[in-house]
Amino acid sequence: MMFSIALRNLLRNRRRSLTTLSAMIVGVVSLLIFGGYSHNAILSTQTGYVQYQGHLQIQHKGYFLFGSGNPVAYGITDYQRLLEAVKNDPVLKPMLVVVTPTLRLNGIAGNFANGVSRGVVAAGVVIDDQNKMRQWNDYGSLTYSPRVELAGTPDDSVVIGTGVARLLQLCGPLKLDDCPTAEELGLNDKHADGPAAPANITALSALEQANAPQVPATHIELLAASVSGAPNVAGLNVVKAQNWGVKDIDDSLLIMHLDQAQRLVFGNAAPQVTAIQIQLVHTDQIPAAKARLEQLLTTQFKDMPLEVLDYETLTPIYQQVIQFFNSMFGFISILIYMIVLFTVGNTMSMAVAERTAEVGTLRAIGQLRSGIRAQFVCEGALLGIIGGALGVLIALPVAYLINHSGLTWAPPGYSYKYPVMVRVWGDNQLMFGTPFILAIVAVISAWWPANRAAKLDIVDALRHA
Amino acid sequence: MYSVVLSRVSKTYHLDTVVVPALVDINLEVRANCFTVISGPSGSGKTTLLNLIGCIDHPDSGDIVLAGQSVNSMPDNALSGFRLRHLGFIFQSFNLLPVLTAYENVEYPLILMKMPAAERRQRVMALLDAVGLANKAGSRPSQLSGGQRQRVAIARALAASPKLVLADEPTANLDTETGAAIIALMRKMQNDHKVSFVFSSHDPKVLAEADDAVFIRDGRIVNIERRAERTMRVAS
Repeated sequence: MMFSIALRNLLRNRRRSLTTLSAMIVGVVSLLIFGGYSHNAILSTQTGYVQYQGHLQIQHKGYFLFGSGNPVAYGITDYQRLLEAVKNDPVLKPMLVVVTPTLRLNGIAGNFANGVSRGVVAAGVVIDDQNKMRQWNDYGSLTYSPRVELAGTPDDSVVIGTGVARLLQLCGPLKLDDCPTAEELGLNDKHADGPAAPANITALSALEQANAPQVPATHIELLAASVSGAPNVAGLNVVKAQNWGVKDIDDSLLIMHLDQAQRLVFGNAAPQVTAIQIQLVHTDQIPAAKARLEQLLTTQFKDMPLEVLDYETLTPIYQQVIQFFNSMFGFISILIYMIVLFTVGNTMSMAVAERTAEVGTLRAIGQLRSGIRAQFVCEGALLGIIGGALGVLIALPVAYLINHSGLTWAPPGYSYKYPVMVRVWGDNQLMFGTPFILAIVAVISAWWPANRAAKLDIVDALRHA
Repeated sequence: MYSVVLSRVSKTYHLDTVVVPALVDINLEVRANCFTVISGPSGSGKTTLLNLIGCIDHPDSGDIVLAGQSVNSMPDNALSGFRLRHLGFIFQSFNLLPVLTAYENVEYPLILMKMPAAERRQRVMALLDAVGLANKAGSRPSQLSGGQRQRVAIARALAASPKLVLADEPTANLDTETGAAIIALMRKMQNDHKVSFVFSSHDPKVLAEADDAVFIRDGRIVNIERRAERTMRVAS
């Protein structure tokens, strides 16, 4: 009966109720669209990280903090045994998608035919494993992670970022579009994009070039520190330049076969890797997998100083992305809930003022104060429930339209655009939580005028007739 | 036997700095199962007296006993329950809930009493039938005439089988013919339901129907006429 009366009272002043509902619907739609957008951004970011580096990595202790660029000091020896142990562990096996070794090193890539060089981060990887990792997409995100185009290529083949290609003046040989040279941009300094090779290296290169056999235009040299401490140089052939998405990475990353990277750094010594990347079926398996890996390390590999790190630890920016979106969402939520609070409060205050005589009548015939309070709170709750439900019903097609509109944007630091996507359907916490909180806010905002109505003096209220 | 006893009841209103004595030292006994009219000019204190009897206002001093219970010190919730079970109200402006049908308006006090649905339906239909509005059960107040609305209000006042029904100028907003019909209906309901009716009015036709008449002026009772005296007076 109370809800029936509440509904009839809302319909009694349709225009006012519609205005209030409109404000609530706009609020819910805004929250759902932005919430869906930020949720999608967070999941897409997570997907990107997991595709490139896996959920977990086993590293030499201290490598993450101190070992970057120093694979010799922080390499994992006997990594094959570790790989086999992880792959064949009966607890881990059902959770695993890929377990693969990787060797990261810093070096100088030089296109000495053009007299340019560039500091790069080289990643020696197992190509097939990496390409399998790129396929991970547990959330159905739109993903642009390119395959590593090294499958079936000779050991000296490498893929570089388009930024590296531009800096090494390889745009022409690699037939890259949208890859202007310094001259084309009116920057006559031919070395404007990168530092010139050291004079002695250039001289050495020129000396060698005189006697060297003809090499393809995509040939580069990679100079890196070897296990003995002496520099080692590998001649490499760039098969493709790929846009890695983030400009800093695009300007510095070089991907090569693991064997080639190991020969460059370790020569004839026992090869090592800097990490074992582990990709799981689902992200929520991280705690269980990590616990099991740590157990394995302490029992079977206690002589090796290893640690297990998850992708959130390895990429601190991921937490910052989450915090950024959450704080934005929180700020917008507060604004919208405040608007709803005052809108519903105003509506209910007007309703109480208009129905003062009714309140007096009901109190006279025996209604308790709590009954009067409940009646008005019920109306506020009904407004919240209807507004929330309609907001969800409207937000879903709006989200669909946005997802199919072709709108794009480039996230900060990214070198290409992503389609704008909002993820409302399927995010139950967002889809049901938002209208639920809205209904709570509506109840809270109705409480004060309802309480005022309940405390009305009966005689004074009846005089309003 | 009295259904209402007021002893030395006073009530004062404070309008800013002005003190207005609304009722002064009222002593009144309302007989059970009688039709009692409180009469007097505007501002004489009729409505205040009805409000005090109806437990919707509190006296500054004095004691009010209804159905054998002193109501002065009852807490608010207890008073609400007391009004629900023992009192019925009929207002000058009918005061029906506009969003409810005639049926639902009559049913409302019974819902508050938590009466079972089947019993409630029987009771409501019987009352609507008694006031001649069984065929208007589904009509909203806006779809009813003034007289019909007041009939619904009478049915609502009697819904909870109260001991006492209070009516504040129930015919003031009705034309003469309809007013007379409403008075006749109230008299009939009072007889049928064995309930006391106390209402305020200065309509001579209403006074003529009363068993007891209480005349009030400037917040004081100036005369009380009981049925026997009135019969004698009419006869003479």
